[in-house]
Amino acid sequence: MTATVARDNQVAARANDVWKVYGSGEAQVMALRGVSVEFERSRFTAIMGPSGSGKSTLMHCLAGLDSVTRGQISIGDTTVTGLGDAGLTRLRRDKVGFIFQQFNLLPTLSARENILLPLAIAGRKPDPAWFDTVIDTVGLRDRLGHRPAQLSGGQQQRVACARALVARPEVIFADEPTGNLDSRAGAEVLNFLRNSVKEHDQTIVMVTHDPAAASYADRVVFLADGQVVTELTGPTPETVLDTMKRLDVLAEADV
Amino acid sequence: MLRATLKSLLARKLRLVLSGLAVVLGVMFVSGAFVLTDTLGRSFDAVFSTAYSEVDVAVSAKPKVAVSEFEGEQVAANFPASTVDKIRSVPGVATATGVISADGARVIGTNGKVVTSFGPPQLGGNWTGDDELVELRSGRGPTRDDEIAVNATVAEAAKIKVGDRVGVLTLAPKREFTLVGVFGYSGGRDSLGGVQEVMFTEPVAQQLMLGEKGVYNSVVVRSADGVAATALRDDIARALGDQYVVKTGEQLSDEASAGLKEGLAFFNNILLGFAGVALFVGIFLILNTFSIIVAQRTRELALMRAVGGSRRQIIGAVLVEAVVIGLIAALLGLGAGVGVGALLAYVFGQFGGGLELAPIGVPVAAVVSAFVVGVLVTVVAATLPALRASRIPPIAAMQDVATPDRPLTRLTVAGAAVAAVGGALLALGLSGNAGDNTLWTILGGVLVSFVGVALLTPLISKPVVALLGRIFSWSVPGKLGRLNSGRNPRRTAITAAALMVGIALVTGVTVILNSAKSSLTALAEETIQAELVISGAQTGPRLPSFDPAVLDRAAALPGVRVVAGLYGDMAMVGGERTYVTATSDVSALRGIYKATPTSGSIDRIGPRQLLVDAKTARERGVAVGSTLLVQLTRGEQQTYTVTGIYAESDLFGGFVVPVEAARDFAVPQPNLGYLQLDPGTPVDRVLPQVEALLADSPEVSVADRASFIEQQTGQFDQLLLMIQVLLALAILIAVLGIVNTLALSVLERTRELGLLRAIGLGRGATMWMVTVEAVVISVFGALLGVAVGTGLGAAVVRALRDQGITNLVLPWSQAAVFLVLAALVGGIAAVLPAIRAARLNVLGAIAHE
Ligand SMILES: Nc1ncnc2c1ncn2[C@@H]1O[C@H](COP(=O)(O)OP(=O)(O)OP(=O)(O)O)[C@@H](O)[C@H]1O
Ligand SMILES: [Mg+2]
Repeated sequence: MTATVARDNQVAARANDVWKVYGSGEAQVMALRGVSVEFERSRFTAIMGPSGSGKSTLMHCLAGLDSVTRGQISIGDTTVTGLGDAGLTRLRRDKVGFIFQQFNLLPTLSARENILLPLAIAGRKPDPAWFDTVIDTVGLRDRLGHRPAQLSGGQQQRVACARALVARPEVIFADEPTGNLDSRAGAEVLNFLRNSVKEHDQTIVMVTHDPAAASYADRVVFLADGQVVTELTGPTPETVLDTMKRLDVLAEADV
Repeated sequence: MLRATLKSLLARKLRLVLSGLAVVLGVMFVSGAFVLTDTLGRSFDAVFSTAYSEVDVAVSAKPKVAVSEFEGEQVAANFPASTVDKIRSVPGVATATGVISADGARVIGTNGKVVTSFGPPQLGGNWTGDDELVELRSGRGPTRDDEIAVNATVAEAAKIKVGDRVGVLTLAPKREFTLVGVFGYSGGRDSLGGVQEVMFTEPVAQQLMLGEKGVYNSVVVRSADGVAATALRDDIARALGDQYVVKTGEQLSDEASAGLKEGLAFFNNILLGFAGVALFVGIFLILNTFSIIVAQRTRELALMRAVGGSRRQIIGAVLVEAVVIGLIAALLGLGAGVGVGALLAYVFGQFGGGLELAPIGVPVAAVVSAFVVGVLVTVVAATLPALRASRIPPIAAMQDVATPDRPLTRLTVAGAAVAAVGGALLALGLSGNAGDNTLWTILGGVLVSFVGVALLTPLISKPVVALLGRIFSWSVPGKLGRLNSGRNPRRTAITAAALMVGIALVTGVTVILNSAKSSLTALAEETIQAELVISGAQTGPRLPSFDPAVLDRAAALPGVRVVAGLYGDMAMVGGERTYVTATSDVSALRGIYKATPTSGSIDRIGPRQLLVDAKTARERGVAVGSTLLVQLTRGEQQTYTVTGIYAESDLFGGFVVPVEAARDFAVPQPNLGYLQLDPGTPVDRVLPQVEALLADSPEVSVADRASFIEQQTGQFDQLLLMIQVLLALAILIAVLGIVNTLALSVLERTRELGLLRAIGLGRGATMWMVTVEAVVISVFGALLGVAVGTGLGAAVVRALRDQGITNLVLPWSQAAVFLVLAALVGGIAAVLPAIRAARLNVLGAIAHE
């Protein structure tokens, strides 16, 4: 099954018949089996699926953190597959932003320094207006001087979001960004992510387990057993839950 | 519990190796010292039992001036041939041979240089034929007065062969002989323990080695069959009276061997000193490693507590790990120590002139001390981290964030107290009020001060590291590195403190030696008023000397105004052993040493007259006109009268006897010569002429005043270099500490590094970040070391002001060198951890638990 075809210049990230095999022989695990998917620019896409279905693996491959066994990955007009360390580093610097489930921040740096770190590493000057906008959207202005240890989990996650946004990457990947947060803090972060897509044309790809979280996205891609099984546009928590329930059946039918 | 500990230990081999390395080095030196002394001791025993194998009883006369080992060589008195006859007539004596054997026969090699010896004597004696012990290798024994035979060691060192004309320096200036024989000893030995031997005919040996005709300085007795050596010894002693020393060959062999072993104790102490420094620095290393391990395993340990482990069990778990590391390190150190001991014994044998080594053995003491030291040091160092581990609350297992930094107040107070105790000990030691324990008080003070400063270091580290880090803050990785180094003040502090110890010791010694050198130079420049000086570098126990005739010939050179030669020896003056000097021109003392009379006259000195400095005169209670009994190395005791007293100076002092008396000195030749030139005479013109006069006195050379002072004070530079090389070891261990800390930090921050890499930090930048952290830590350590070392050195210099060390020279240039070196060393230490950090798999690092 192929995801919605869009015009080339509107695709922020693309996987083309991607296979990922871990280990060999007896212990061989096929984490991804011929995944082809495109993520359009200025859209918020969620990836869902049962545990072990290959969500994280797909995301790592898309972001150039992991290599693929077969197939091709591209971010914007850059082909990721086959890049060396220097190329991957440049890619991460300029085109990709990350938000992890936890441990997103350097404990030695203040919130402001953490947010500006990718720009500092890349040797780029922050755009002050954009920085202000980002800070105001995440609502952290009075916390900028604090260290991560002095911030709550939700605040830390918002700092991580701000860090990913401030460099205006081609695409932001988020792996269960709300996994460690309660529903209110989670909602804050998700709202913030959706706003940055709506108001600032950011592209976001988010892995999640939570149907409610997925309903913030414009589109949900469902994975099962290393394959894309189906997808939803304009999801609600109910439709997502419903699809999840039917996922096993869908996967069977697909094979 | 035990199994869990051992498992986690094995899982972290690198940590084990690094933290154990310092202990390995320390143990290596300890056991190496034991192996060396044991091996050399047995080698000496073997050599001397061979050397005295042909002696049943030996007789010598009591020395006229008994001299301790530190003051110089003891010279046995001569006795006439009638004594030999007397011994021969004692019943039970089969043969009694009059022997001449005295130190100071120096052969001039084919290269024109004197063959030197670093310890073993250079004996000159009479050829009494070959026997069971002495084996002629080529040629024959000397029969004419211009013939000599030498042992194979001399022949080899001087590169001479039978038939060559060979110059020999003795009590008399250089004389030339024909080499007619080369001999060795039983068992194919070239030498007995490195001793050089030159054999003359009997009259020549008497003249050149004893300074008198028809005398001997020992008699070798072989007993008749069936007569016990001890009984014969007692009989002979009874027949000769108490002016003679009679001993069996066995006794002499034991004594000689014991004497050398005593000398070995010096080497032993140097090695043990190394060991001490290595272990002291090692304690810091182990303490740090264990602290980091405990911090890293906080959750693991908390879990153990949560499931019912007691505090005691936690302490036990950490200490068991320490014991295992200590045991392994001790074992490795012991192995390395045997190697080092064997190597040093070999080197010693080679430099000692070919000492034949006994088989290498491992004495029990080496094994015991290796394990005791290894385990003890490790356990002591691990105690603090173990206690800390036991205080981890079970709840820490559930908490994510590591326990926040505890405040440094208690540590700082403790540090200040310890440093104060150290300072007090130092002050006590340096003030000279500690009596016999001065050295130990000072050493203890230094050690305790180090510990105190180390405890204070975390407090200092915050501002200093922040300041140092500013230098690197221009780049993002540099800034991250700086922040990392300021992250855990305790860890940074201990790592830096280990480096501090080594650098502080080097700096302290540098301050002391440079101050001494500068003070001495200033003193010499101000005091010594001579354009040219004849002197030589001392290599063995005796001072180099030269032909006194050179003095007269130099005085006759155009442009030379005054020449004064200086002689020196130990003597008994008024029943006390003292150093006495004689000079060929007493009146020159005033000019050359700026000596000024305080009473009597110091311009002249007649036979049996004495000059003395005012301080000694006060101490001895003598004044002009006092009489004192004087016994020189040779000749009879005589009554001398004090005729002049001069103001003492730091360069010249003590009793001065007339130059005629120098004939009875152990070395009746001058060892220093001062030349004052006529005003306006160019030094360059006279110097080569004096050089020519010294052609036959190869032990000395002539130099202008500046070069002479430079030569004399140059010894300080050599000493300094030696100590610096030795202490480099401590610095090396500290570098291991930096590597260790960084490696563990990199491990600990795996996820962080992964994150940084994920958001675009390149490999090079990652390496730079780790390098900056290392450089900041090591430069911080060096700064501390320089500061503490300068303080210690300045305190010692201050305390030595009465000893004439008046200039305090601060080691600015050395300090700069140390800082640059430390930066370099930090960079080197960072290489491996940095590569490791850069090679991290980004994905794996993020998933890292
Ligand atoms: N490094 C690895 N080595 C071997 N197998 C792996 C590795 N990483 C993932 N896998 C396997 O690949 C499959 C997909 O893993 P992945 O982490 O992508 O799942 P996921 O969808 O993110 O699951 P979850 O929702 O639990 O996070 C799983 O079967 C997993 O066991
Ligand atoms: Mg996952």
